[in-house]
Amino acid sequence: MGVDTSMAGRVYPPGPAYQVGREKLAEFATAVGATDPVHHDLAAARARGYADVVAPPTFAVVLAQRSERQYIADPAAGIDYSRVVHGEEKFVHHRPIVAGDELVTTLHVDSIRQAGGHSMITTRVEITDAAGAAVTSVSSTIVVRGEG
Amino acid sequence: MTDETQSDQTQVDQTQTHDRPTYDTVAVGDVLPGRSFTLRRADLVRYAGASGDFNPIHWNPRFATEVGLPDVIAHGMLTMGTVVSVATDWCGDSAAVVEYGTRFTKPVVVPDGEAGAVVAVAGVVAAKDDDRRVVRIDLTATCGDDKVLGRTQVFVRLP
Repeated sequence: MGVDTSMAGRVYPPGPAYQVGREKLAEFATAVGATDPVHHDLAAARARGYADVVAPPTFAVVLAQRSERQYIADPAAGIDYSRVVHGEEKFVHHRPIVAGDELVTTLHVDSIRQAGGHSMITTRVEITDAAGAAVTSVSSTIVVRGEG
Repeated sequence: MTDETQSDQTQVDQTQTHDRPTYDTVAVGDVLPGRSFTLRRADLVRYAGASGDFNPIHWNPRFATEVGLPDVIAHGMLTMGTVVSVATDWCGDSAAVVEYGTRFTKPVVVPDGEAGAVVAVAGVVAAKDDDRRVVRIDLTATCGDDKVLGRTQVFVRLP
């Protein structure tokens, strides 16, 4: 069974809200070596003008990858995860993510291209806040390597 | 994450207090301070836990070699999340990043042991957008002879 190209254009309904926590932001920041105190210290973040501690630039991938699993793990998608390679990733931040945000993700399957036996799949996760305002857009391209 | 050039507290503090570049003082072609980062197995496990990405190719050598990799490889997103420090430390505000994209061109293979894998990162100011007061920083990241990232662009808004 191969990748089902007819799923391009599909949009998955928003998942449950993700509650952004200070400790999670600090844990992620530590894991990527982000030493800026705005990720770790409330007073430092407020002194810099932010409402709460701030997410590092790639933190949104935590929410995005959860959202992407709706599609990637869907048997109908036909994706053999053991053959998946990460090709590209892009974040567009409309505003910084801060602790206390309640974020909702909506997953779009933007394109599925096939070439040389491989499938290149681009997904986009639109992240909005509790008020419905755009926060971050995360685009990811994976390559599903063909058999043999 | 072990930072090769700023591992002591004194230097880290300096990065937080140095004069932040402003939009008007930055020119296309300006070179950012480069850095090297060492990724060890423990860093991959830490990132797996922090990110929720537990794909065994990032922590299980048996699994990695069974699927044709030379050894455990770093999460592409760990490399991407790490190298951006060259841009954020330079501009002095991690939240100034308005856009950040990259391609993953070669895996970062992380052998067992203290030596780990060393990723060398360089950055240059590549473009300025006067309307948004945003500059584009192009990063390069190499591990040994391999360019591990491609077309790595960080857009930061400067005061």
